[in-house]
Amino acid sequence: MTQLYDCRDAFENKLRELASQDQRIVAVVNDSVGSSKLNQFGQMYPVRLVNVGIAEQNMIGVGAGLANGGLIPFVCGASPFLTGRALEQIKADLAYSNTNVKLCGMSSGMAYGELGPTHHSIEDMAWLRAIANMTVIVPADPVETAQTVEVAVSTAGPMFIRVSRLPVPIVHDPDYHFEIGKAALLRDGGDITLIANGVLVCQALAAAEMLAKEGIHARVLNMSTVRPLDNEAVQAAATETGGILTAEEHTVFGGLGSAVAEVVVSTHPVPMRILGVPGVFAPTGSASWLLEHFGLTAQGIFDAALELVKRKG
Amino acid sequence: MKDTQRGNTEKVERLRELASSVRRWDLQVVHGAKLGHVGGEMSASDILVTLYFAVLRIDPSRPDDPERDRFILSKGHSAVALYTTLAHAGFFPLEELKTFAQPLSRLNGHPDRKKVPGVETNTGPLGHGLPVAVGAALAAKLQDSSWRVFVLTGDGELQEGSNWEAAMSAAHYKLDNLTVIVDRNRLQQGDWTEQTMHLEPLADKWRAFGWSVREVDGHDIAELLETFSRVPFEPGKPNCIIAHTHKGQGVSFMRDKAAWHHRVPNAEELATALKELEEVAS
Repeated sequence: MTQLYDCRDAFENKLRELASQDQRIVAVVNDSVGSSKLNQFGQMYPVRLVNVGIAEQNMIGVGAGLANGGLIPFVCGASPFLTGRALEQIKADLAYSNTNVKLCGMSSGMAYGELGPTHHSIEDMAWLRAIANMTVIVPADPVETAQTVEVAVSTAGPMFIRVSRLPVPIVHDPDYHFEIGKAALLRDGGDITLIANGVLVCQALAAAEMLAKEGIHARVLNMSTVRPLDNEAVQAAATETGGILTAEEHTVFGGLGSAVAEVVVSTHPVPMRILGVPGVFAPTGSASWLLEHFGLTAQGIFDAALELVKRKG
Repeated sequence: MKDTQRGNTEKVERLRELASSVRRWDLQVVHGAKLGHVGGEMSASDILVTLYFAVLRIDPSRPDDPERDRFILSKGHSAVALYTTLAHAGFFPLEELKTFAQPLSRLNGHPDRKKVPGVETNTGPLGHGLPVAVGAALAAKLQDSSWRVFVLTGDGELQEGSNWEAAMSAAHYKLDNLTVIVDRNRLQQGDWTEQTMHLEPLADKWRAFGWSVREVDGHDIAELLETFSRVPFEPGKPNCIIAHTHKGQGVSFMRDKAAWHHRVPNAEELATALKELEEVAS
């Protein structure tokens, strides 16, 4: 049985490790200590865990002010509230002001399942990537999550890191090297390209395995950086495989699929399928049930990829 | 006169002259650009000049000095008053003010810290300055640094809930190195604040949120100087100065008129206004 991991653990472990070496690192939360898994960070660095209470607008502003004072704040909260509640603060105080704040959207996507659409964060990629000067990263596994935290500390400027709580397997080799704006080629193939990020990367890999049994060789890209997008990898996928399927735990309006399509239509148009939540508020169900419901599984990706391969002829 | 009774006459006189010059430049810049918010700029000018020329520990040649005091203009629409004050203080040449709002000018309708030296954060949408100021004041405390943070808000702006989130957190973190100045000119864009949405009892609200509050005449430079010199008013508490001001202060036909929130003076109005301000300065 493949071991599965909650990426929040890798996030917190790396943040704590880096905080021990770099006094500038602080965490800012909206009472979300437990849900951001920052209890241990708070025990080790009580003064450097700034809890502003349940007040997201203030939380973002405080993050900007801490950065103004030379610190590196990791502003952590459940992604739906962190992004949706304080979007104007994110635009003006972080992106437009170009402050060195790292926004960490925890339990993104539909991870909160039965808690319902108020607690789902399936618009955050679209909202954040529409803002100039924002870097948007959606790590796929604990290896990439930890490296993202390292890169966040060493790279100046505002950044959104989307961290899931859904258990995922490790999809990257230990020698994987994450770079902002660089897609990771996880499997090569010439018949179709599957582009995914976050919790759907492992599903895309499993789908590619199923496709191989049908004699279809799928390329799999982990597009963890949604902005700036790896345009070259997208263009190469279009020209070399002739068809692209994207999969994201996000609405199909404005997320990864849209970002990829923007490049495809303006460079090398090829047939595409965009898998995600089809512009509806999710019905009641657990996170895993909802992913099944919307076809965001290996089987769903496999079925859609077969169709797409037929369509491109 | 209250000012002279307190002594320090020369300093006060110099600041008054500067405030008059800031107002005259402001009106000319707005007239030239056919864009601006002169009402709130006139009400804030004495506060800005007092801060930049007598209170803030800043060096215009080192706007990124980590140990500088921070000033944040939360009422970002009063950008021209800030630009004019920064230019008088030597952050950039006065002549550059004439580029305000022109294509590719550094001087946008609202301040941009990436372009204008001395600007700490980009404001414009209301209710943003105080949260950022809380973070900056907290950064000083976390690093045992002695810099102070001052933030100027409008009064109508206090209708934004984000200010009260920030007010709560400033008291919680005992940020006595943080001072908010409320430009209490009693007018917002279209009407009196109390007609639009009640703010009073404003001082009691701040006190209830854990702040130490002083009320001053926001156009009495001697009183402003004395009040700023007493910061922190009480150890362990953030400071609130409610500055009672007049929209359009310094120009008789603009004073206390909501219409002058963002009306642009025509040539005749500008000439009259400049004459009035020159008479005060001399």
